[in-house]
Amino acid sequence: MKNMPQNSAAGSAGKILVTDLNFYYGKYQALKNINLTIAANRVTAFIGPSGCGKSTLLRTFNRMYELYADQRATGEILLDGENVLSPRADVYRLRARVGMVFQKPTPFPMSIYENIAYGVRLYEKLRKSDMDDRVEWALQQAALWGEVKDKIKQNGMSLSGGQQQRLCIARAIAVKPEVVLLDEPASALDPISTLKIEELISELKKNYTIVIVTHNMQQAARVSDQTAFMYLGDLVEFADTNTIFTNPANKQTEDYITGRYG
Amino acid sequence: MDWRYFRRRATNVFNLTGSVFATLFGLFWLFWILWTTLSYGITALDWSIFTQDTPAPGGTGGLANAIIGSLIMVSLATAIGTPIGILAGTWLAEYGRSKPIASVIRFINDILLSAPSIIIGLFVYELFVVRIGHFSAWAGALALAIIMLPVVIRTTEEMLRLVPDTLREAALALGAPRWKMVTRVAYRAALSGIITGVLLAVARISGETAPLLFTALNNQFWSTDLSQPMANLPVVIFQFAMSPYDSWHALAWAGALIITLSVLALSIIARVLLRKARMEHS
Repeated sequence: MKNMPQNSAAGSAGKILVTDLNFYYGKYQALKNINLTIAANRVTAFIGPSGCGKSTLLRTFNRMYELYADQRATGEILLDGENVLSPRADVYRLRARVGMVFQKPTPFPMSIYENIAYGVRLYEKLRKSDMDDRVEWALQQAALWGEVKDKIKQNGMSLSGGQQQRLCIARAIAVKPEVVLLDEPASALDPISTLKIEELISELKKNYTIVIVTHNMQQAARVSDQTAFMYLGDLVEFADTNTIFTNPANKQTEDYITGRYG
Repeated sequence: MDWRYFRRRATNVFNLTGSVFATLFGLFWLFWILWTTLSYGITALDWSIFTQDTPAPGGTGGLANAIIGSLIMVSLATAIGTPIGILAGTWLAEYGRSKPIASVIRFINDILLSAPSIIIGLFVYELFVVRIGHFSAWAGALALAIIMLPVVIRTTEEMLRLVPDTLREAALALGAPRWKMVTRVAYRAALSGIITGVLLAVARISGETAPLLFTALNNQFWSTDLSQPMANLPVVIFQFAMSPYDSWHALAWAGALIITLSVLALSIIARVLLRKARMEHS
């Protein structure tokens, strides 16, 4: 039972509309005819076993796959009605609007302050005091300000894993994106850091549209409003998180969430 | 069973002894060379080495012109070789990567890396000295720059490859154009490694004799004119050591000591930096 795309983008709460998306690694087809709508200011989770294509799908939203020569996508991904896959779409502007946080924390080898200022400087020329404010604001949004405000000039790599990941979230937010993509953001973290990230996600959805890929089904159940279950490149089921976890329409989904495979 | 165990132990002892002796054999010669350089060099080393120019046959003097000549040519070669080498290494690591042309360049670079330096000297001689009509410091610096180039290219590429791709993706995901990702993030992550490569290349060219024999030749007098032959330590050592004069021999030892100590210092700095680079990536 596939969720059909809503064709009237204008006026609907759909932030991202995916239509007939196919994705190829060389000759291998990793995504098969994906159709779904990501709602604005909601958290959408992609779940499924390893290799099902959930990260691949996420990486099409900011055209991250383009870095690699043999990867290509066909179909349409509309962000507020504009097709981001179109060769005419400006990839830098796209990535300013769609931020991303990766599985492994990736602080740049520079100070905490510079880590955040790096992205901001790509788009804005701010005075020193404005930049200071922006850095503080981003760190506060990522619930990290209290822990680092006295060591803002220290190298970002000196932080703990959980703090590094929140620094990366702050870095993505500082650019003021509309959508934040999270690629298994907590899978390399301890339970307490994971909890902090999850609380942060619930906080952030007020201002951002969030898409999260996770291996952890409990996490998807806790943080997301809508859940997509993927299997072998197919979008098997896409519905409200509550429905997916309590009353899945599809047998495969039920088997997965009850732990029969994956 | 016991027999097999005994054989294993015997083989182990035999191989261990063999490798220890092989190591000692190698170290023995190394220390002998260092010791000889040090003892002869130190007795010949005094302040006049740094204040006086190379003497006429049999006379007394110093190495001032040769030291300054070496410094000038090595600096010039570094100034030419470093930017080209870093740019080429950057292209290989960040842009060329898996393109077929990149593997061709890598292969040629490896050949250049192991090319005998005398061939590079001859190349510059034919290309430059013969056409201009005389030896010059420019030619010397050019030959040294060509020798330096493959070392810098190689280390720059390797050090950039140590930078994880996740870091590149993180910078690009913010919407950074590629060149800003390379200059602000990748270079910063690989900085100490790249500097190490340059230092090792400088250490390598500061002892080169053969390419300078064909290019800068030598000059008995103080000269900083780049279009003229220029004195330099390796060629002075070569010439003075082959001579029959005791005063020249002493100067050759002093020159050898100066080069050895400078190269040693460069290598130690490079190693410290390299260890730092490795730790940053572990």
